Amino acid sequence: MLSFAFMRHAYIAGTMIAVISGIIGVYVIGRNMSFLSHMLSEIGFSGASFGIFMSWPPLNGMLLFTIVSSVLIGQMSSKSSRREASISAISSLFLGSGILFLSLANKNASDATSILFGSMIGISQSEVDQILWLSIAVLVIIFIVYRDLRFDSFDHVGAQVKGVNTQAISIIFLVILALSVSVAAQIVGSLLIFVLLTLPASSAKHFTRTVSGMMVFSIGAALLGVWLGLYLGYVTNWPVSFFIAMIECVIYFGALTWNRIKNG
Amino acid sequence: MSEPVLNIKNLTVSFPDHLVLNDLSAQLNQGDFLSVVGQNGVGKTTLVRVILHELTPQHGKIEYRPVFKRMKIGYVPQFRNIDEEYPLSIRDFIGLNLHDSHMPWLSKKERQKLDKIIEQTNLESIQNTPLGEASGGEKQKAYLAQALINNPDLLILDESTASLDNVRKFELLDLVKEFNEQQGVTVLFITHDIELAQKYAHDYLLMRHGSYLSGPISEFKESDLEEAEHA
Ligand SMILES: Nc1ncnc2c1ncn2[C@@H]1O[C@H](COP(=O)(O)OP(=O)(O)OP(=O)(O)O)[C@@H](O)[C@H]1O
Ligand SMILES: [Mg+2]
Repeated sequence: MLSFAFMRHAYIAGTMIAVISGIIGVYVIGRNMSFLSHMLSEIGFSGASFGIFMSWPPLNGMLLFTIVSSVLIGQMSSKSSRREASISAISSLFLGSGILFLSLANKNASDATSILFGSMIGISQSEVDQILWLSIAVLVIIFIVYRDLRFDSFDHVGAQVKGVNTQAISIIFLVILALSVSVAAQIVGSLLIFVLLTLPASSAKHFTRTVSGMMVFSIGAALLGVWLGLYLGYVTNWPVSFFIAMIECVIYFGALTWNRIKNG
Repeated sequence: MSEPVLNIKNLTVSFPDHLVLNDLSAQLNQGDFLSVVGQNGVGKTTLVRVILHELTPQHGKIEYRPVFKRMKIGYVPQFRNIDEEYPLSIRDFIGLNLHDSHMPWLSKKERQKLDKIIEQTNLESIQNTPLGEASGGEKQKAYLAQALINNPDLLILDESTASLDNVRKFELLDLVKEFNEQQGVTVLFITHDIELAQKYAHDYLLMRHGSYLSGPISEFKESDLEEAEHA
């Protein structure tokens, strides 16, 4: 299997994506931002379509749209950015314009499918490199702001009291979230981002009580899904995203059940 | 005579629509236990925000002593958003406030600090309980421990006992009293509970709209408070 270049690319990219999604997901849970990351993925879809329309690589269009909008969201007060109705409205706007860009670009439905649901075969060497560099950038940024980001994500009030610049942390986080969403979309597609970005971390929450424990578990769950999903996709020729979604859901519902049994 | 640590001089704070603090002066000495009382909206939390440099007063200033050293302040805020789904354990929550190192993991020194504060606040047996599932009293203890973990010079409690029953209230303040007496932590305790203030505080600061009264707690007269409420 690994003798095929496209499988090697998929495994390398998938591994990096699983690692950063696992880490970012823990903060998404801590900051209660599942909804917002969902919106970013729809913005990402629109950006990718715009990229195709402009004849750019879709990932670049995605990065442009998600980063710009995450900075804009960062300017809004945290309350209004979490207001679900306005988030849904903005999401539909972006989904709609995504369709528009695709139709203007005169592309067929398979482009839309691969942006929305990901495609394993599509990843070229240069895209692998780009995913690697973006992932490393995300990891380095997280490492630099680790303590403040952790404090702010899990105890916003306490972090403010300590004098953490929570406004800056929030913008930095939105930018790395935008990067992660764009990168993760390369493998699971923008509609299923949350399968890697929030499910593993939500599952982790039921097994461990520390930030670091949650990260370890969530990276593990994401890696399991990506590795096994790629393998099953290769063997069956079914979509990889389907398997990853299945695996993460099994882990998630397993975690819920385990939690219920444990608490009697 | 003990050293002054906080000298509040002619503080005036106003928000666009109204004046909140009007020419407030007060002094806090090393090892004091000062209770701040006054009705809702009189500016108690606003005073704290000035002390924490979160707000700049229109007039007046606060002098921190000794001047050559940056005062470490531990603060237990009035409101905190910890719901029952909150995932972290009490121990991990307290450790959020550690910043002796920048690494993702805790250093040995940090782990020792964490162990020590958990022991001092009697949280050992429940340190691995998720904070979201802890009782109100346990939560307040965890907040207190987080505020105390860096050995602050000044501890500010903003109505930390408001939701606690009589037993838990005394338990929490007995702990605060221990830190005050044994480690010399200066305490600023905001409360509506006069009885509690009289039991634990040495001094009081009564805030009323536009006028302030202070002195040893033994001289505190409830009638002054009532007068303020009727005004
Ligand atoms: N950021 C702000 N902008 C405008 N007004 C404010 C602001 N913060 C506080 N206030 C007003 O200042 C007044 C004092 O508020 P503060 O929170 O200090 O009262 P408090 O004494 O702590 O009351 P409580 O006992 O209810 O906690 C209130 O009338 C409040 O509405
Ligand atoms: Mg207040």
